[in-house]
Amino acid sequence: MSTTPGTDFYAAPGAEYENAYDAAQAGDFEDIQRVQAERSDEVLVINMGPQHPSTHGVLRLMLECDGETVLSIRPGIGFLHTGIEKNMEYRTFTQGSAFVTRMDYVAPLFNEAAYVLSVERLLGVEDQIPRRAQEIRVLMMELCRIASHMVAFATSGLEIGALTVYMNGFREREMVLDFFEAVTGLRMNHEYFRPGGVANDLPENAMAQLHDVIDWLEKKIPEINQFCDDNPIFRGRMMNVAYMDLTACFALGITGPCLRSAGYPWDLRKQAPYCGYETYDFDVVTEESCDAYGRYKVRIRELWESLKIIRQAAQRLEASVGQPVMIDDPLLKWPSRLVVGPDGQGNSHEHVKHIMGESMEGLIHHFKTVSGGFAVPAGQAYVPIESPKGELGCHVVSDGGSHPYRVHMRDPGFNNLQAIPLLCEGGMIADIVVAIGSLDPVMGGVDR
Amino acid sequence: MSTQGMWSSGTGDTSGYGGIVRQPQWPVGEPPPYGGWMDGAVARLEELVEGSIDKVVYHRKELTIHIRREKLAQALQALRDDYGLRFEYCTSLSGVHYPQDSGAELHVVYQLQSMTHNRRLRVETSAPDADPHVPSAVPVYPAADWHEREAWDMFGIVFDGHPHLTRILMPDDWSGHPQRKDYPLGGIPIEFKGAKVPPAEQRRRYL
Repeated sequence: MSTTPGTDFYAAPGAEYENAYDAAQAGDFEDIQRVQAERSDEVLVINMGPQHPSTHGVLRLMLECDGETVLSIRPGIGFLHTGIEKNMEYRTFTQGSAFVTRMDYVAPLFNEAAYVLSVERLLGVEDQIPRRAQEIRVLMMELCRIASHMVAFATSGLEIGALTVYMNGFREREMVLDFFEAVTGLRMNHEYFRPGGVANDLPENAMAQLHDVIDWLEKKIPEINQFCDDNPIFRGRMMNVAYMDLTACFALGITGPCLRSAGYPWDLRKQAPYCGYETYDFDVVTEESCDAYGRYKVRIRELWESLKIIRQAAQRLEASVGQPVMIDDPLLKWPSRLVVGPDGQGNSHEHVKHIMGESMEGLIHHFKTVSGGFAVPAGQAYVPIESPKGELGCHVVSDGGSHPYRVHMRDPGFNNLQAIPLLCEGGMIADIVVAIGSLDPVMGGVDR
Repeated sequence: MSTQGMWSSGTGDTSGYGGIVRQPQWPVGEPPPYGGWMDGAVARLEELVEGSIDKVVYHRKELTIHIRREKLAQALQALRDDYGLRFEYCTSLSGVHYPQDSGAELHVVYQLQSMTHNRRLRVETSAPDADPHVPSAVPVYPAADWHEREAWDMFGIVFDGHPHLTRILMPDDWSGHPQRKDYPLGGIPIEFKGAKVPPAEQRRRYL
């Protein structure tokens, strides 16, 4: 069904298409072209995406250009909307982790963290989470931040033709993903953070592998600096492009590296610490240039801060070997211990033997916890965390049952994409991809 | 109703499970004083925009101020601009549908952040299903633009004064508002070897 201009029956009550902007926000491209044809001036209307390789996934951009100058630009999103929030209302709180992790798939552990922290607050068990679980969370989140920033350099480098940065960024990220695979069993979409702790403890050889990853990153991060920092083409493409100062950031609710590139040292790990971040020693990185180059600099300097935190977390984890990683509450914690069996699957033979052959109570308990889930007291909570892209928060409402009543994820990419018109209008078409890359949206998180 | 059989209550379900009808007890919160800056902020808001506060809930160390929708625009303006309040960021805005809450079925929840004072506040307002209008927060917080479009898209809440309230995530010609509780999830049974798992919507809940 195509929308007819003038009778825009689903767009908004009483709203009508007035010009190409309106059509561009909601309408078929034919309508935009028709409006354009009627106007019959030299303005060029271009549809960019959603399958364009430089729009960072399925982002659609509609431009009006005069020559190569962008007169107006409107982003269109929703092509990756999968109804995750709705689906979560029909699953238990534990299963929720598996859904949220698929939102911002480049930084999956942050989605899980925002969600489980909100659920834990609603449960009122924030103080009972074992220290080792929090240390593992911090370690994994900081590694994930490095992986996410690597993708940010890599893809924005790729989009301006810097293929080496792309290859290097993804190679470094691969090392982090290998570590994730060793710990969680999966490279992405881990479902590792659960309400009450983490799914399983670190494997025996994890610390050795972690030190290899740290050594590798320490050696390789400077390579990216060498490729980019003083590269005249890179600087020419990035500097003074996608300018957004502090006033604009405040007006549009921009957070994360974009806000810090405008010189404002706002980092929720410092401002509203969670998972024990207040006990780690690290600095908030800022730049003053407000442009794409400044955002790149913030991200690459944050890698070093993350490494600093990872080293501290590694030290603490070495001291806390053998301590629990899940809350000591039989109603909350998953009854079985996962063990990698000879077939590569995760069911613990010991546990299966126990519940199937030895203990009726064990079987009942397993069934109740796994099938029924646990009840979360009625109420609502919102715990914001500092994801690599900015403030990531999860608004969880519970009606006292085992399923969330409503879950809403505040994804920084969704909010930050609103800045696209401000960043691009009046600039060149070629700078659009730089602007998007500097915001680093991930459409899985934007559309949810 | 007469009971037939031992457990089934006359239905075909012999599992003893009769389905759950939930009557949630929403938290009334702790009584004031809430401690810290919160009492002062609530008093200041009441002073600036008289009669705006419907109720205040302090639960799990988070403060929620329920504001009457007629006063919402003024209240948000005051929350942003007053020196003592200074909630400069509207970080998130989301709708929640409470079909049981007759006369106030649709709720809008704003998560505000004061960077000046490093404080966080939740503002909640409600509208009846028959008149789903809420004043837009965009004139005060431009960042609320897409969030309000999403709330319109998902819940059918009309934000009066929004510059361009159109669908954002669903296709333009979609009918209905998917995240309302009366909108079905859908799905088909999944077939495994020798068994069928019903769609998520029809699965049993035990709690």
